[in-house]
Amino acid sequence: MTRSVRPTRRTPTLTLTRRMLQVTGAGAAALLALSACSSSDSDSSATSGSSTSGKPSGTVTVFAAASLKESFTTLGKAFEKAHPDTEVTFSFGGSDSLAASITGGAPADVFASASPKTMKIVTDAGNASGTPTAFVRNQLEIATLPGNPDKIASLKDLTKSSLKVVLCDKTVPCGAAAQKALDAGKLKLTPVSYEEDVKSALTKVVLKEADAAVVYKTDVKAAGGKVEGVDFPESAQAVNAYPIALLKDSKNVETAKAFIALVQSAEGQKVLTEAGFLQP
Amino acid sequence: MTTSPRPDKAGAADAADTLTGGPRRPHAHRTPGARGVGRGAPLPLLLPALLGLAFLVLPLVALLIRAPWRSMPELLTSTEVWQALQLSLVCATAATAVSLVLGVPLAWLLARVEFPGRGLLRALVTLPLVLPPVVGGVALLMALGRNGVMGRWLDSWFGITLPFTTAGVVVAEAFVAMPFLVISVEGTLRAADPRYEEAATTLGASRFTAFRRVTLPLIAPGIAAGAVLAWARALGEFGATITFAGNFPGRTQTMPLVVYLALQSDPEAAIALSLVLLAVSIAVLAGLRDRWMTAS
Repeated sequence: MTRSVRPTRRTPTLTLTRRMLQVTGAGAAALLALSACSSSDSDSSATSGSSTSGKPSGTVTVFAAASLKESFTTLGKAFEKAHPDTEVTFSFGGSDSLAASITGGAPADVFASASPKTMKIVTDAGNASGTPTAFVRNQLEIATLPGNPDKIASLKDLTKSSLKVVLCDKTVPCGAAAQKALDAGKLKLTPVSYEEDVKSALTKVVLKEADAAVVYKTDVKAAGGKVEGVDFPESAQAVNAYPIALLKDSKNVETAKAFIALVQSAEGQKVLTEAGFLQP
Repeated sequence: MTTSPRPDKAGAADAADTLTGGPRRPHAHRTPGARGVGRGAPLPLLLPALLGLAFLVLPLVALLIRAPWRSMPELLTSTEVWQALQLSLVCATAATAVSLVLGVPLAWLLARVEFPGRGLLRALVTLPLVLPPVVGGVALLMALGRNGVMGRWLDSWFGITLPFTTAGVVVAEAFVAMPFLVISVEGTLRAADPRYEEAATTLGASRFTAFRRVTLPLIAPGIAAGAVLAWARALGEFGATITFAGNFPGRTQTMPLVVYLALQSDPEAAIALSLVLLAVSIAVLAGLRDRWMTAS
């Protein structure tokens, strides 16, 4: 910083400074480009998406509960096939963290959550346009190790102290539903961990680190032969309705609406029920 | 303890008269009379520099601005937070202790013993430093999980399972924090003059005695600095912990996990908790400022 240290070789300094100027110019441009990135992105999709012809085009961003991962990925591919100019991008995660990021201003067009409660966070903040509609329901199931070595046959069996059970955190819909089911059966269960979303709860059983997890039927189905599902009667007391909503800040309303329509269509429902979801 | 300026590496004959002189700091001497800030600083340098500074400082200032000062006391006195803070401090300290016991000898091995493949070994040791923590957590699960490569034997022979336990948190934190300590101590060892140890061995001390009585006091400041860094890193560990040890209040739920989960249900609480961790980080930095001061 101090030029008085060695005031020799004046000219190289000058040329250096000029180069610095170029470099910083480039850097500043990059920074500007970065900050403008999101807006220009949505702009381009808006101009291409809000075409009055009503033909879906451009990018649509869908925030969806972790349990919808497999079925929505399938539907996204079908949507892109039906509308070649479109691209569907997904962000799957715990419904509560998705809701938090939407209210925090994350750019998304559609939100599909695993419970009315988490959807309410978004509607209360005024981030949804119109009223959310339930498109499927999901029931809990116990996921056990393949072959069910611990002979788990009921929810009560999970309360044995010798078993390592994982539940979803109570802030996540699957955790709230599991708590509801336990209350319905008047059972107390101390898990080894409260996972941040349903998929990581399932993963702990897939990796054989836990003996059982309370997850959705759809997750057990999606895991194939890696886990075994055990139905339990209390799950009927804690069936989750899944609402879907168009978001107010959507830059591509037409395409977003088309995607929601696909989810609710006969074709969409077929994919969802095949994945193990119940009709709304 | 007196610290005397050490001779240059050229090996001046008048070696330091004490063995307690800390390692030389290349930039120990401030230039006398600080010059005016910005005088002679070219604009193309100054502008991005200030931008960079703002980029690093503003988020932390925002945290202070948005802090719910009024509800702070009740937020921070809830049992869940205290539990998590306590667990965080205990686990970070335990992880640092583990790192010291295993890391200092490892650093000594890397700095003082010639063997083929030393460079590769050094790279391997520092790998967890640059590894994404989540990847570290997955790797730990594969190795030490109940179904892991080694964890399987731990479980069947001793009935020890690490995932979902407090010990698992310590393991995850030590895994990410130990490289800090090893690098710091190894650097200090390399800067320290090996001739002191050699002198001790020629005077009849065994290599281990020389290490204990000569080398350790010589590199104590480096060890302390490394330990503080490792402790801070362990305290902030999130990815490896939630992957390997899960999340259970009072057992494996450390402060960063509470912050993460609180952000989804109670953002105000998350901000308050972040401030606590920020305060701890600042304290660590303040402690490190005089990192070469030998405690006497």
